[in-house]
Amino acid sequence: MRIHITSVFVDDQDRAMRFYTEVLGFVKKHDVPVGADRWLTVVSPEDPDGTELLLEPSGHPAVQPYKTALVEDGIPAASFAVDDVQTEFDRLRGLGVRFTQEPLEMGSITTAVLDDTCGNLIQLVHTKA
Amino acid sequence: MAEDVFKALADPTRRRILDELAERDGQSLFEICTRLVTKHGLGLSRQAVSQHLAVLESAGLVVSRREGRYKFHDLNTEPLERVMTRWLKPDAAEDIS
Repeated sequence: MRIHITSVFVDDQDRAMRFYTEVLGFVKKHDVPVGADRWLTVVSPEDPDGTELLLEPSGHPAVQPYKTALVEDGIPAASFAVDDVQTEFDRLRGLGVRFTQEPLEMGSITTAVLDDTCGNLIQLVHTKA
Repeated sequence: MAEDVFKALADPTRRRILDELAERDGQSLFEICTRLVTKHGLGLSRQAVSQHLAVLESAGLVVSRREGRYKFHDLNTEPLERVMTRWLKPDAAEDIS
């Protein structure tokens, strides 16, 4: 068994598409109309056949309280691996991205936490070689 | 007030939280929990850390603020100065309120 798709709930699929592709650097994989919403997934350009991230609409009434509570306490909804957290932090902050946690070295791993502008916090992580 | 400060400082976990906030102000609950686990091996639940923060807040040693949808915690050293003045400047009487 392996992870095929994982998802984040996004407030606005258009804005999410722009943020996840133009800012974070993922590429669109599937974009299928489903009623008012879309089946919208992105993948890493480094692994186009790898795990897809589904940008799932936040319409369900349970979603907003869940997201609000996570953001208030600073808890990330997903975690993405990068080569170097400090480099990505500098690059993304240059693009106007807001971080709720600056790069933090914790033994063998370094993390940072950013706001995806669609109601979620996303953690970046790298492991020391 | 002085009682609250001494009570807050009596607990080693709360002193660790202050150490970490002294290193970087403006941390989310998640960051504080992460630091306690990874830097100090203190695997407390979020609820437990929340309760420690509440004690620190009621003593005025930690101030929490909301910034949009986020909540951050800052260190406030002012109550420390007040309790220490009692011995450093003996003329100042203890605040017995």
